[in-house]
Amino acid sequence: MLSVKSLFTEYAGGTGAGAVKAVQDVSFAVPEGKLFTLLGPSGCGKTTTLRSIAGLEKPISGEITVAGRVVYSSASGTFVPPNKRNFGMVFQSYAIWPHMNVFENAAFPLRVRRLGKPQIKEKVMQVLTAVALAELAERDATKLSGGQQQRLALARALVMEPQLMLLDEPLSNLDAKLRDRMRSELKRLQRELNLTTVYVTHDQSEALALSHEIAVMNEGRVVQIGTPRQIYDQPKDRFVADFVGSTNFIPGTVTAVVEGRCVVRSALGELKAHASEGVSRNGSVTVSVRPEDVELSEGEPTGTADDNVCKATVSSRDFLGDYLDCYVKVGDALLLAKAHPSLRTPVGHPIYVRMKATKCVAIPAK
Amino acid sequence: MTDAAQRMARVPAIAPQLDLGRVIVALCIAVVLWLALVPLVFLLWQSVLAPEGAALPARMTLDNFRTAYFSGDTARLFLNSVEFAAGAALLALVIGTSLAWMNERTNTPFKALFFALAIIPLVIPGVLFTVSWIMLASPRIGILNVALQKLFGSDAVFVNIYTMSGMIWVDGLHYSPMAFLLMSAAFRSMDPSLEEQAAMSGASLVQTVWRITLRLATPAALASLLILFVRAIESFEVPALLGLPVGIHVYTSAIYQAIHSYPSEMGLAAAYAVTLLILSSLGIYAQSRLAGEGSRYSTVSGKGFRPRTIDLGLWRYFTAAIFIVYFVLVVLLPFLVLLWSSLQKFYRPPSLAAIKTMSLDSYRTVLDNPQFASTVWNSLVLAAGSAGAIMFLSAVLAWLVLRTRLPGRWMLDNLASLPLVFPGLVLGLAIMVCYLTVDIGIYGTLWILFVAYVTRFLPYGMRFNSASMLQIHKELEESAAMSGASWSMTFRRVVLPLLKPGLLAGFIYVMIVSIRELASSILLYSPGNEVVSIMIWELWQNGQYVELSALGVMLIIALFFLVMLAQALGRRIGIAEA
Repeated sequence: MLSVKSLFTEYAGGTGAGAVKAVQDVSFAVPEGKLFTLLGPSGCGKTTTLRSIAGLEKPISGEITVAGRVVYSSASGTFVPPNKRNFGMVFQSYAIWPHMNVFENAAFPLRVRRLGKPQIKEKVMQVLTAVALAELAERDATKLSGGQQQRLALARALVMEPQLMLLDEPLSNLDAKLRDRMRSELKRLQRELNLTTVYVTHDQSEALALSHEIAVMNEGRVVQIGTPRQIYDQPKDRFVADFVGSTNFIPGTVTAVVEGRCVVRSALGELKAHASEGVSRNGSVTVSVRPEDVELSEGEPTGTADDNVCKATVSSRDFLGDYLDCYVKVGDALLLAKAHPSLRTPVGHPIYVRMKATKCVAIPAK
Repeated sequence: MTDAAQRMARVPAIAPQLDLGRVIVALCIAVVLWLALVPLVFLLWQSVLAPEGAALPARMTLDNFRTAYFSGDTARLFLNSVEFAAGAALLALVIGTSLAWMNERTNTPFKALFFALAIIPLVIPGVLFTVSWIMLASPRIGILNVALQKLFGSDAVFVNIYTMSGMIWVDGLHYSPMAFLLMSAAFRSMDPSLEEQAAMSGASLVQTVWRITLRLATPAALASLLILFVRAIESFEVPALLGLPVGIHVYTSAIYQAIHSYPSEMGLAAAYAVTLLILSSLGIYAQSRLAGEGSRYSTVSGKGFRPRTIDLGLWRYFTAAIFIVYFVLVVLLPFLVLLWSSLQKFYRPPSLAAIKTMSLDSYRTVLDNPQFASTVWNSLVLAAGSAGAIMFLSAVLAWLVLRTRLPGRWMLDNLASLPLVFPGLVLGLAIMVCYLTVDIGIYGTLWILFVAYVTRFLPYGMRFNSASMLQIHKELEESAAMSGASWSMTFRRVVLPLLKPGLLAGFIYVMIVSIRELASSILLYSPGNEVVSIMIWELWQNGQYVELSALGVMLIIALFFLVMLAQALGRRIGIAEA
């Protein structure tokens, strides 16, 4: 459906400075009806990529096609202006026009397409109903709450029956509780309407919860593309592991590699781990293991051959209500474990650590 | 995916198509280039041209500059101009700074009222302000002299407005509201904790003001001084009405005289104008440099702090008295003297006998004058027309400068601000030369005044529009594009409506300054195409003081209502922003 190939963009730098490369060699494809997320820290190029798809930025090279229609291609010199692309977009600020009421905001895309009045009315009321704003149709757009503005922005993008939906951090301006609600609302709408969607966010939990597929971006490049589970469980490199969720990093050297699994010599002793791409014998690696995969127990755990077990001492503990952040010391290495709050082992006491080999991911060190 | 869409997909994008938006943008760029640059070129050309004589054809020469720079009067002219401008600027700055400090930083009573009153002098056109001070302080008929002479029973001349100090006094007073506004902004953005820290360190009020407040305000004061200097060196009404009759010449009055001498010395006027242009450009350049460096002193700590005011104790009645005296000098006396004179059959200072002869005849004369209706109509049409043209043109320009990555857009910004350095008289001269040479049929019509006003006040339009454009989030436009709107549709349906409050406020402001405009108009009007300010000027030249006063009173009242309207609109914008 949407395909982005070798996209490069750059900004003219400040006075004197050369061009700043914003996006470098970004390629991905989004199948019909799927929600694809560009995830990364601010300045990683995710918004620039989205705006290039929208046509609000002009890349310097690459190709963007939507359902077989080339909207941008440096090779053939094609550039379809944004108003001819027929993509719906929800902006981070929602961009609700303050000089129009709710109905007029949503009707605008149809007005510029010169649809008949009754038709406009019908379609607008239909989308406003879908986002539960129908009763507020005559209200001043400036008198909407944040959540209502967000839904209106969504309605305005939906009313034109876009080929592609582009969402630029649409939840970032909402408070935490509302954000969770709008997130599931957004997901329901997207799944129901089967809208091909590109979603930009810096919030990893949003990305994991919403997406069919995620592209993690850093410094203008796509680092890893995968399903939410692949991204979380098998990060390809240190950046992905660190950015998506929190994790422990244990440096070490590979002593053996067999069929996607490996043994790593580290401060914790020999660790059995999942070998990601590029791990080779004698190479130095970082083993990433999530805090929730670091299991603690006072008694010696009954491990299988696939488990890494070692002895540690409790170094510090922070009670956070629904769980316990517990730092344990193994030799010189410090590990963070997310433990059940019922664990009462005091600081300084010995404790057993168990980590499943499949949850330990060896990443080549750079 | 349908076949049709598949086929569409293979159509390569067409080369830039001619749509309405592009045409408008290109037109606006062309217009600003023409307005800002062409008259300047003609002015320079004229300054090195010797006129066609009986025996000689026109030729290139440096004679004009030789006369302008190396004749006996050169030094006198330069020194007079600088003395006048520096004096007026300093006077305005001292008055404006003191008032701004009292208003922003102290607990002087009724200061909220005062801030509103301080804007009023801005509506009094320079020519009326000057005339009213002549009526107040001329040696023979001045009310102040008459009153003082009665009081002391002597014939001595107590105050004489026809002197250099008189000129400085009138011009300084006239520009003091501007200094007040500039310095108020500076004081308002100053972090009060810097003063409080001085107090905590043991400094007295006077020490704090002297060692902290004024030092922090120095860059702003210097920048304001330069602006005021440029304004004063450009001012025409005061030197023409007060200086010319007694032979005190400055550049503006010298230009006027050169043109109105017989035969008119256009080349010499142009040479003077070039000199004046250089002086005002230097001033503006220095001011912009200073503003750049001043950011080091920038003490604004973001929105939201409420400056705490200083408790003056009993002194606050003293500062309130200063406010009142100022208001009397700048608004009340000039207005009352005009009002008084407008109620007489012929001008005479106030006395019991004169009260008995009060009548409304002068108003009747003015209103019955067939020229009056057409003049007012001309002024209104011109003011509204140029304000409309300026606001539209500058909206497009501001959009181009702030919203696009058009190469060379910074130059567009500078070009649109260039007319700021043109003194009104110089601009008038440049435009006159330009359209006398390139005859497109607008010389001698109202259109030439229209061109002059649009050029002269375009920078104001830019300011209003840039300020409001900066407040419109870029995504509001982008979402219109994503909704399928073309550029012209986005501009019409989204940008212009959002700019509307700023456009309206700017429109009224430009109308006000256009109606007051005299310096450019005086070189460009032609009989039958007078505007109100010219009519006042002509009445003065004809000695019709009472009719002038009646017209002046009506004009001030009309402008006053326009200003109130602008302020009310301005407040509405303020609310919309909150």
